[in-house]
Amino acid sequence: MQHTHDDKHHAHAHDEHAHHELGFWAKYVFSTDHKVIGIQYAITALIFLFFGFSLMMLMRWQLAYPGQGIPFVGSLLHNLLGDAAPAKLNDAGQVVGYIMSADLYNAFGAMHGTIMVFLGIVPLAFAAFGNFVVPLQIGAPDMTFPRINMASYQCFVVGGVIMLVSFFIPGGAAAAGWTSYSPLATLGSSHGQTFWLIGMVFLITSSLLGAVNFIATIIQLRAPGMNWMRLPFFVWAQFVTAFLLLLAFPPLEAAAVMQLMDKVAHTSFFLPTGLVVSQQIANISGGGSPLLWQHLFWFLGHPEVYVLILPAMGIVCEVIANNTRKPIWGYKSLVYSTLAIGFLSFIVWAHHMYLTGMGTKISTFFQTTTMIISIPSVIILTCFFISLWGGSIRFNTPMLFCLSFLPMFGIGGLTGLPLGFNYSDLFLHDTYYVIAHFHYIVAPGTIFALFAGIYYWYPKATGRHMSEFWGKVHFWLSLLFMNLIFQPMFVQGMAGLNRRLYDGGATYAGVANPAGGVVVGVPQFFLDLNKMISHAAWALALAQIPFIINFFWSIKKGRKVDSDNPWQATTLEWQTPTPPPHGNFPVVPNVYRGPYEYSVPGHDTDFTPQNEPDRVAPKITQPLPK
Amino acid sequence: MSEHDTHHDVSKHIRGYLIVFGALLVGTVLTVWASHFHFGREGSNVGNIVVALIIALTKAFLVAGYFMHLISEKKLIYSVLAFTGFFFAGLMFLTIWSMHPSSIIHFK
Amino acid sequence: MEIPYTVKPRPDTGLYNAKVGIWLFLASEVMLFGALFSSYILLRVGAAAGTWPHGLLNVNLGTINTIVLITSSITVVMAWVSLKLNQWGKFKMYQAVTLLCALAFLGIKSAEYKDKFTHFQIIKKDGTYVDGHMHGAAYLDKDGKSLEVHKYHGLTFKENGSEYSLKEVTLNGIGAEELGQINEPKHGEHHEHKNISVPAAEIKKIENYGPWHSTYLAIYFTLTGLHALHVIGGALVIFVLWARGGKMWRTDPERYTNRIEISGLFWHFVDLVWIFLFPVLYLL
Repeated sequence: MQHTHDDKHHAHAHDEHAHHELGFWAKYVFSTDHKVIGIQYAITALIFLFFGFSLMMLMRWQLAYPGQGIPFVGSLLHNLLGDAAPAKLNDAGQVVGYIMSADLYNAFGAMHGTIMVFLGIVPLAFAAFGNFVVPLQIGAPDMTFPRINMASYQCFVVGGVIMLVSFFIPGGAAAAGWTSYSPLATLGSSHGQTFWLIGMVFLITSSLLGAVNFIATIIQLRAPGMNWMRLPFFVWAQFVTAFLLLLAFPPLEAAAVMQLMDKVAHTSFFLPTGLVVSQQIANISGGGSPLLWQHLFWFLGHPEVYVLILPAMGIVCEVIANNTRKPIWGYKSLVYSTLAIGFLSFIVWAHHMYLTGMGTKISTFFQTTTMIISIPSVIILTCFFISLWGGSIRFNTPMLFCLSFLPMFGIGGLTGLPLGFNYSDLFLHDTYYVIAHFHYIVAPGTIFALFAGIYYWYPKATGRHMSEFWGKVHFWLSLLFMNLIFQPMFVQGMAGLNRRLYDGGATYAGVANPAGGVVVGVPQFFLDLNKMISHAAWALALAQIPFIINFFWSIKKGRKVDSDNPWQATTLEWQTPTPPPHGNFPVVPNVYRGPYEYSVPGHDTDFTPQNEPDRVAPKITQPLPK
Repeated sequence: MSEHDTHHDVSKHIRGYLIVFGALLVGTVLTVWASHFHFGREGSNVGNIVVALIIALTKAFLVAGYFMHLISEKKLIYSVLAFTGFFFAGLMFLTIWSMHPSSIIHFK
Repeated sequence: MEIPYTVKPRPDTGLYNAKVGIWLFLASEVMLFGALFSSYILLRVGAAAGTWPHGLLNVNLGTINTIVLITSSITVVMAWVSLKLNQWGKFKMYQAVTLLCALAFLGIKSAEYKDKFTHFQIIKKDGTYVDGHMHGAAYLDKDGKSLEVHKYHGLTFKENGSEYSLKEVTLNGIGAEELGQINEPKHGEHHEHKNISVPAAEIKKIENYGPWHSTYLAIYFTLTGLHALHVIGGALVIFVLWARGGKMWRTDPERYTNRIEISGLFWHFVDLVWIFLFPVLYLL
């Protein structure tokens, strides 16, 4: 990274006896250093997030102004994608614009979900932040397997490229939802779905390699004195997340292989006997089960959502402890709740499948486990809320994002309860209510926590602060528009507006019963909300501009940090040079205390770093390395 | 490095490995031979499945326990594998239960 | 910069890094193959009564392959033991046998696959069917010229600018008298195989026993195919370590021995999967 060039020279002076100066490619592109890999993941993931967001902005045009020519980028879309974005003609036969076809809407919808989840949030929350921060926070020189770390990033890039390329092949990208249910996903002659499946295999491989690395590192490379119960909660969160990825992804990989076989080798894993396609009996062996795909998909799908939220909760914990200047309330509860969430998340998945005709005993089982898993989530949120009590709160940008995370995630979590009960899910399944629910958790939830993490750890990576003023502008605008986008979707869903409708539900618009009485269909009021939501979405995009400019401008022009520990934090990543050199710690740190020793009575500072020795002889539970 | 620190420890294990090898061969022959008979109730192949699984699990235990040294492995590895086993069982049984409740006879 | 515990174990866990890593990876592989086994059970339980095929796989070849893999498992352990006892020559010998076993396994598997792809089922328009290996096929071009081939090229194919259409297929196998109707197949003992020709006009459907033939074959090819990929991968790693290991054995023998142990653990897992695959697919 250019901004650290000067500092890297400095850092290398320490290491000259260890290895000779690396060339550009070895240092910045084919690096095995966890910090470089973390930044690589972050930049790549942010680009993918932006791309996935752009897909959604185009979809929102179609929802607000169905059938109208897309402004600004309509002709570009047509040039790139051909008749997926066909021309709109006026009465005289002249082209007045280019519109989004139904197929393109479906493709954008499927890829928006896929890209945001697998190419955006997971790489950013788990791989980027985890790679950069975890080894530093546990006092390790790097990950246990640096070359596997590099391989995992490269697999991620390959998978991402395959996903992007799929837009440009004949027939376009996958268009059966990010959930790719068979038989819809397997039908048709286009190869978009095939690309999706191959891309997923690469992404899953990347995550598996990363998961092995994280778990082995946290187990094996903790510095002397860094006991399990002295780990920063962020590390615990990443540890459990890694286990979720390790054990939940492989069944999806198996399913992806099977669906690939269905598509390419004409097998019938997920295709039932007697399947009729385009009014003809399909020429397949039959005997397969579409439900099998759903089970295998959601077996990953549910732990996946905890993969999306746990690292965010970890970041929130770090920032809150630091900016309240007091220890986090209920550290043990947080840890045990996280372990419980990890464990339970493997046995709740069929709550995504209540409407598939399972028996009552089985759906009761899944309802019960689903209700139980909400308890540790509430415990975690409660610990964070209580942690604010009596704190000397510093309202800087990272803290603002984390403070808003609490109610935003609260709304998202609580609105999940009617979805967790199968009798209420009957009405809400596949409506905009579900979209609102999970976006509240991931968008003003996880993404806000990730923004907080960027503003918080930026000074450690670059030696400069991002602008506080523009950070606050970014925060307030994002908070406003996020709510304007997703709040109305709850009521749209309750009014019966289904998801994945390319015309925004116009086909199901409410018709007043001529004999008097209730309106049948979605009342027009709720459909009209689409316009406001779309405008809010475009405004949200504009609100990210200050962030993007701030991010790059501050690399060279941001306010320089006044020390290696500008936030006056207790955790080990702040007790290194800025930016940390290859090998991180010039001397292996010894850990003497827990992670959140803020405002300890009798100390002259309001924070005590984990590696600061006690005034009495320390109790080190492990021998120092030779 | 594993717990086999000295030459003598490792040499002592060689005989054990060979015995396991023999047992695995016997198990293979046994399972093929058993497949020629019908066990259990008429019209149901549950009996054959149970026999085959018992033999397979025994062989697996021998390979995992002795060839892979699991029998003297550290607690950490055991806990990883225990959770894995639990989640695998969950995947298998909950999925079958969801799709074919009647095939799990005690949950009629 | 040195990463600690790459060779010496960490005192509180008792493990060196790669051992933790490989067991974690193997846990994920348990979930991968476990998902496929679960799919097998589901597809089989969900199949209509009497439609799940039996006897399509050669039990003798499967048994030989099982013995081959078990042998490779003991040689892989003995290779590691040889290194612990500082016997480089014996290590090379044992690993060579391991690699030969891997090749034998893959060779037999390839032969089994090939057998399936040349084994055809023809359902005739009158409802009877013929089952056997492809003996030959006769094609006609548009001028009526005949072309005899050994391999089946589909109902039509193009070659040298001419388009050919199927005239007749000859399978070496058993026909309607022994097999009966496709809806009510006759079950019986092993039949004598003979050449049976079926004119194209009588063919309703012709298909070989590839993964597209039935869900049983689909899961068979997927499970054994994925397993075979793991055999190839494991054998490659063992080969590279075997061929290029001399240098690290001389400079850092403990680290090299650990690498052999790790590759051996992966290899044993591959054997473990087959221990379940064999009875499930071949015997039950």
